[in-house]
Amino acid sequence: MIANYGYKDGSGDYFITIDTDKCNGCKDCISACPYGVLDVGPDENDPLSDDEVAFVTEAERKKIKYTCAPCKPMTDRPPLPCMAACKQEAISHSW
Amino acid sequence: MAEKPELWRWTESRWTNPDLDWKGNVITSGVDVGSVSSQAVILADGKLYAYSNMRTGSDSPDSAMKAINWAMEDTGLKLEDIVYTVGTGYGRVNVPFSQRAITEIACHARGGNFMYGPSVRTILDMGGQDCKAIHCDERGKVTNFLMNDKCAAGTGRGMEVFADLLGVSINDVGDLSLDVKEEPPPVSSTCVVYAKTEATGLLREGWPKNKVLAAYCSAMAHRIMTLLERIGVEEDFAITGGIAKNRGVVTRLEKEVGIPIMKAEYDTQIAGAIGAALFAKALVEKGKK
Repeated sequence: MIANYGYKDGSGDYFITIDTDKCNGCKDCISACPYGVLDVGPDENDPLSDDEVAFVTEAERKKIKYTCAPCKPMTDRPPLPCMAACKQEAISHSW
Repeated sequence: MAEKPELWRWTESRWTNPDLDWKGNVITSGVDVGSVSSQAVILADGKLYAYSNMRTGSDSPDSAMKAINWAMEDTGLKLEDIVYTVGTGYGRVNVPFSQRAITEIACHARGGNFMYGPSVRTILDMGGQDCKAIHCDERGKVTNFLMNDKCAAGTGRGMEVFADLLGVSINDVGDLSLDVKEEPPPVSSTCVVYAKTEATGLLREGWPKNKVLAAYCSAMAHRIMTLLERIGVEEDFAITGGIAKNRGVVTRLEKEVGIPIMKAEYDTQIAGAIGAALFAKALVEKGKK
């Protein structure tokens, strides 16, 4: 499942996309994110599956533009810690 | 002072399947407590037996209770007869008699699959306070989703604001908006408050109500289109939720997407609750508590 967490507002599209078919629930992204945006648990949108996958926490879903901002400077943008930590390459950002 | 008419008030409904007897069947139910409307669906052995669709009150547990009681009305069913209930929607954790809460994204995919058949691949749920675009497979399992619940533009709440501003009943908005000779340019699609400001200006310029409504419906269709563009639209395409009943938005969206929108046999607002009731049945079969 391609899970798009985030929102679209007047200033742009802010979505963190997690490919739950690639995600193996290793939790490396949790410790990599300095702001607690990601968590791992049962897939709430696939209630009949028992596999654990990564998701964006409920509290952060409506403000990731701001929470993720420190990892996204305008120039010399380093690889994002969450994306770099994910060996499965399951995480991507829309902005 | 005369009482102000409630222009936002849409028609509530309930239905019982006359060809089905619930006795001896496994009864499961799904309750969708949304931000604007609440629905309860009762399934007898996986077949649609009864449903209710009503306005959500200020108290979520109370709204859930009212919805299920209305669905059970005159059927002889009691709450104890229901083996498993799944709660869904904005107030899903506030359904006191439910065994489990499941997200509305999963439930709408499952319910859409039941309502529109296995060929449906894209489901757009246009709800009271959010908008969800969902891709699903032939079994109704979510394969891709996107939700916008941060802004009222493109939702039922926004439509209520316009019905109230123009003094038109929400049930008539769609038809009235189509009653224009030429399609006016859309108003701002970014924000309901700005759109309202703009519409007030247009009214002052002498625009008739139907033209203003046309401009808003078209703004809403455009807004939803930009959301759909992110995940794409695969055929077959169906819309659920309250706005699916608004021909003004649906016709314009159909034109923008360029793909026909499936016709619904059921009340489009009950999709989430049907999905929840189907999950309830699946969970009973799986022996999960």
